[in-house]
Amino acid sequence: MAEEHLKLTIKALKDRFGLQESQLMKYPPALEAEPEMIVQICQVLRDEFKFDFLCELTAVDYWPEEEPRFNVIYGFYSHANNVRIMLRVSLNGDHPTLHTVEGVYRGANWHERELWDMFGINFEGHSDLRRILMSHDWEGHPLRKDYPLGYEEPQFSFNYDEIDKRKHHARYEEA
Amino acid sequence: MPEPLEVSYQELKHLVSERALQGDTVLLNMGPQHPSTHGVLRLLLELDGEVIINCVPDIGFLHTGIEKNMESKRWEMAEVMTDRTDYLNTTGNNLAYCLALERLIELDVPPRAQAVRVILVELERISNHLVWLGTHALDLAAMSMFLYCFRERESILDIKELCSGQRMMTTYFRPGGLWRDIPSEFEIAVRRFIRMFPSRIKQYDALLAKNPLFLDRTRNIGKLSKEDAINLSVTGPVLRGSGVAYDLRKAQPYSGYEQYDFDIPTGTHGDVYDRYLVRMEEMRQSLRIIQQALDKLPYGPFRSNNRKYVPPPRAELGTSMEAVIHHFKLWTEGFTIPKGAVYQPVESPKGELGYYVESSGGNKPYRVHMRTPSFVHLQALPFMCKGHLVADLVGIIGSVDIVLGDCDR
Amino acid sequence: MGIEQKAGNLGIVTVGLEQVVNWARVNAMWPMLFGLACCAIEMMSAQASHNDMSRFGMELMRASPRQSDLMIVAGRVSRKMAPVLRRLYDQLPDPKWVISMGDCASCSGVFNNYALVQGVDEVVPVDVYVAGCPPRPEALIHGILTLYDKVRHEKLNTWT
Repeated sequence: MAEEHLKLTIKALKDRFGLQESQLMKYPPALEAEPEMIVQICQVLRDEFKFDFLCELTAVDYWPEEEPRFNVIYGFYSHANNVRIMLRVSLNGDHPTLHTVEGVYRGANWHERELWDMFGINFEGHSDLRRILMSHDWEGHPLRKDYPLGYEEPQFSFNYDEIDKRKHHARYEEA
Repeated sequence: MPEPLEVSYQELKHLVSERALQGDTVLLNMGPQHPSTHGVLRLLLELDGEVIINCVPDIGFLHTGIEKNMESKRWEMAEVMTDRTDYLNTTGNNLAYCLALERLIELDVPPRAQAVRVILVELERISNHLVWLGTHALDLAAMSMFLYCFRERESILDIKELCSGQRMMTTYFRPGGLWRDIPSEFEIAVRRFIRMFPSRIKQYDALLAKNPLFLDRTRNIGKLSKEDAINLSVTGPVLRGSGVAYDLRKAQPYSGYEQYDFDIPTGTHGDVYDRYLVRMEEMRQSLRIIQQALDKLPYGPFRSNNRKYVPPPRAELGTSMEAVIHHFKLWTEGFTIPKGAVYQPVESPKGELGYYVESSGGNKPYRVHMRTPSFVHLQALPFMCKGHLVADLVGIIGSVDIVLGDCDR
Repeated sequence: MGIEQKAGNLGIVTVGLEQVVNWARVNAMWPMLFGLACCAIEMMSAQASHNDMSRFGMELMRASPRQSDLMIVAGRVSRKMAPVLRRLYDQLPDPKWVISMGDCASCSGVFNNYALVQGVDEVVPVDVYVAGCPPRPEALIHGILTLYDKVRHEKLNTWT
């Protein structure tokens, strides 16, 4: 029963919106969508096909590939039919924008804030888009591939003194 | 001391109501260091006297950049970091990561390894609920519960130490099975625990379940309706307390859960007391699962035989050339996973823990995202605590069972 | 001959000033609740009944920094949390000590990246480092006893 519902949903979405199946996702089955249609698709999924639970909202950065640069991934689950489906949306450019799905699934609120913080993806219509995991005056978007890891060189005995000079050692009074 | 920063009207406008800006209500900072917030969580409360009008959580004080750090480590080495996200459910995190990798590679896991994985994960579920109970009761001023729960937890930590040598961050599950076979004392220790534990749960119930003080502090507090819960992506005991019987172990079983017989407890009102009852019942059901798994524990290998991903046993290195080559490849460059992505959800004691793992064909993960239950539940907190007193907020945070390492990663 | 023999049974004891002050400081050192991450759970285990820290004078953990003398930094300190940590350290009244518990507090442990302070001694001066990920409760107690040893040997001119 779950399998049929899934096939039905995928067929309906392909016919209505012209979506393709994604080759990359092994499990659960995923469809590729355009950024402009995402809110419509979510509305249809929630109201018509009873996918009422948003289980995943994340993104991947494919730098230095320019097209697509980002891939935003949505995951849905249907309580009534016990079946999962995912959507992948491709975005380009350094400051991509996407419309928020917060109106359809309230649980997307913090996920989208995290994507803004970590990737720099702007969500139009979001009620409160500010940094959530990094401090509010942080510059840069850490999970992008061109952001450095911030690796600190380990101190071995041969370079102990020169790294020690560069490190800040705290003292009892305010430095 | 550093100068206090000036906060402008613009910055606060969208967070607080109009009454705060006119001085009608009080803004209180329940700061990152607080005894009842279970970690470094900062809550900005807007209070009218003692009644909460709005609550704005501020997280990120424990953000460790685990997802970015995993992209620069090999597949097996990255598993070490998964332990440290939700540090009360370490084996559950390892299980989710290993299941995701096994789905990507299509690696088989022998039934003995699956049964041992189930036993250890259910023991971890009991251990997590014990810590929850201890700290929740401590916040609601039943202080002796803390000591009792940690006493029980020591037995579980001893069992984990028997298997892997480490009390908390074990990394005992590896892709393909277990790191090494369970010792002979494992079964004895687990049976002793199963014999001892039901009477302890009865003691905890006797202390709290019908206690009028506890009932007053938890009944009709923090209600969350069914529709709200599903729309806010809430899972786990919080969702089951609101009446939805959704448990991933029954709905989409993994690692052999379909062989075991257990029930899913649900609540009716969706308040703090219902979540307490749901978790106490879950501990009893976990004991049932452990009993069945231990009785049916099959003999056999403890890890897959696929030498491309699993190192050969050391005894073979003396006699077989292929074993030496496999060992060399795995130790120097690690195994590679073909291009693909997978989302693997698992039922952790707090809710649905999902790992999105994407590989680009290399020996390092390309992207790992952990969909953690604490992150999602914390955004539901403002909906649960409107109109309650500050003293009730402590109980609500305790009942949601957040762990900040899980939330911030 | 000396004051001790003359005093006899009067119940007078002569000790050095340093000895008695250090004895008083060591025997009732109350830590501040500063558990951040996984090490906090092992610190709670060390406070619970199996390995009891109350035997060594740490009867309870105070939430307020103004009422404690020891800060056990248990867990990883992120860059967002570092100013908060320094502020709490400044609010501790003299004499104060800091134990850095666990690998993440001592040297950032497994995580060598942008988000963590690489070793909490960039933010506060540390007296004892306890290694482990997480350190066993026995290891934490060993660290505390090492701190007690250090305090017992403090001299007059180093008191703050």
